[in-house]
Amino acid sequence: MSNVFIAFQRTEETRCIIDAILEDNPNAVLNEQPAMVKIDAEGSMTIKRATIEEKIGRSFDLQEMQIHLITLSGHIDETDDEFTLSWQH
Amino acid sequence: MDVKVNKKLGLKERYALMTRGLGWDTTYQPMDKVFPYDKFEGIKIHDWDKWEDPFRMTMDAYWKYQAEKERKLYAIIDAFAQNNGHLGVTDARYINTLKLFLTGISPLEYMAHRGFAHVGRQMRGVGPRVACLMQSLDEIRHAQTQIHSMSNYNKYYNGFHDPMHMIERVWYLSVPRSFFDDAYTAGPFEFMIAIGFSFEYVLTNLLFVPFISGAAYNGDMGAMTFGFSAQSDEARHMTLGLECIKFMLEQDPDNLPIVQRWIDKWTWRGTRVLTLVGMMMDYMLPKRVMSWKEAWEIYFEQNGGALFNDLARYGITVPKCAAQAALDKEHVSHQAWATFYQYGAAADFHTWMPSSSEMDWLSEKYPNTFDKYYRPRFEYFAEQHKAGNRFYNLTLPMLCQTCQIPMLFTEPADPTKICYRESDYKGEKYHFCSDGCKEIFDHEPEKYIQAWLPVHQIHQGNCFDPGVDPAAPGFNPLAAVLDHYHINQGRDNMEFEGSEDQRNFAAWRTMAAKN
Repeated sequence: MSNVFIAFQRTEETRCIIDAILEDNPNAVLNEQPAMVKIDAEGSMTIKRATIEEKIGRSFDLQEMQIHLITLSGHIDETDDEFTLSWQH
Repeated sequence: MDVKVNKKLGLKERYALMTRGLGWDTTYQPMDKVFPYDKFEGIKIHDWDKWEDPFRMTMDAYWKYQAEKERKLYAIIDAFAQNNGHLGVTDARYINTLKLFLTGISPLEYMAHRGFAHVGRQMRGVGPRVACLMQSLDEIRHAQTQIHSMSNYNKYYNGFHDPMHMIERVWYLSVPRSFFDDAYTAGPFEFMIAIGFSFEYVLTNLLFVPFISGAAYNGDMGAMTFGFSAQSDEARHMTLGLECIKFMLEQDPDNLPIVQRWIDKWTWRGTRVLTLVGMMMDYMLPKRVMSWKEAWEIYFEQNGGALFNDLARYGITVPKCAAQAALDKEHVSHQAWATFYQYGAAADFHTWMPSSSEMDWLSEKYPNTFDKYYRPRFEYFAEQHKAGNRFYNLTLPMLCQTCQIPMLFTEPADPTKICYRESDYKGEKYHFCSDGCKEIFDHEPEKYIQAWLPVHQIHQGNCFDPGVDPAAPGFNPLAAVLDHYHINQGRDNMEFEGSEDQRNFAAWRTMAAKN
């Protein structure tokens, strides 16, 4: 299985998104670099709106991630509640 | 009393209504006449509705989030400028990476804007048309935000004054420019592979992620904000490129060999252009985040590898050139910098030899190649400079007909021998830097014999300003070419040590810390 990844700018808001990803994806590995973080996970990674909302203390639209996102890798499946990256091999 | 409440539409439904629901088939004119280009490349599409944009971004959401990104970006750029942020970068050598960025990359963003506007018009499917429209808008935003951000440096430093003029003339800028010209003059599907796959998936991840993280590491908030903000759009673009490949492969088995050829071609075209980025990372960032080789391994070998593994189920194989690229990753940045150092009199930025501690970093990062092939040459250049013989190569190099890079690369199996390939076509001989570039030419010779090669153009007298007389006594061809490029001789170019940029930066930084 190849890795999927997602990278965010390192800001106050992304701290909550990152915490949510790490909590929901035990296979995720955090990689901190200057001004950014990259999270790698083997096979797939799911970002859940409910977990982010719990951490950030307000309602959150998953498309808000666009503001903090740097890059990603993998096939995307996006709904109102979940954003999943995966490889099908 | 029962009140009927309409449930809010979900993301997938909203996307379907805002894309498919707004399209129609023409009736006054046949669709084939309205969309004349999307069949001539031989790609067979049976059902355009099978195109799924995984991000499902609709125009209303697009405006909302892009506006938010812009507000953030300009707040940072203003703060950076108000705070004299340029004096906070590690040292003035760093600023030269921005000159190369502004002249070599930002104009490409504008070309990508035009390209996607054109291609979006040519696709009869509604899904790709909407995605191309957004990408076209993103790309002009990137050109604008980069020019705005770097215009702050133009107030203080040399070499930032004329990128759009230079991209059409300057010898090394023809490398990225010809990449885009090649893509733009292809059909719509090939353009999508060239830009959506090669440029976005392979190239921008290497440029906008490790290099921009490096810009932040060197104290440049301005570059950090335009770079990361651009790459957040690129994440959508990469997805579009990948979706386009999958879509073509799923629509008809006859598409496979065409797509494979484009992937092979554009992976190699992208790899060659990236030589410039490799040099920026290994030599031009005073504080380094990671080596070019490490970045290549993460973003091309691992991430690109994951993509190729995924496409294997359609019959796509890893491009042949990947094997050569795996050898070249230990060499290209050194070979490129050695070339720019020598041709520093004809560049729009300053060049220098790395310090001894920087050479130690390179030895550590390139244990197989740096000490053996490059360090002795660089130490010799540095000694000669110290002795008052700073070397400038004043000859004109032979260029590769395809990638337009001077013949500076070595044989894959022998790093001591320059690699030359050639093809004969209609009684003329054409030269190439690699098997990859030769194969690209051999498949489409009629296209590449038209290449605008800067060195040929200089020899033909096409790179002097009107009224200049090359037959006049004492004519200096290099000076006349630099005038034509709008490069200010002695200010914008040559050695960093002793340059006006170096002196001003030092003086202003001292002033900033004193009364």
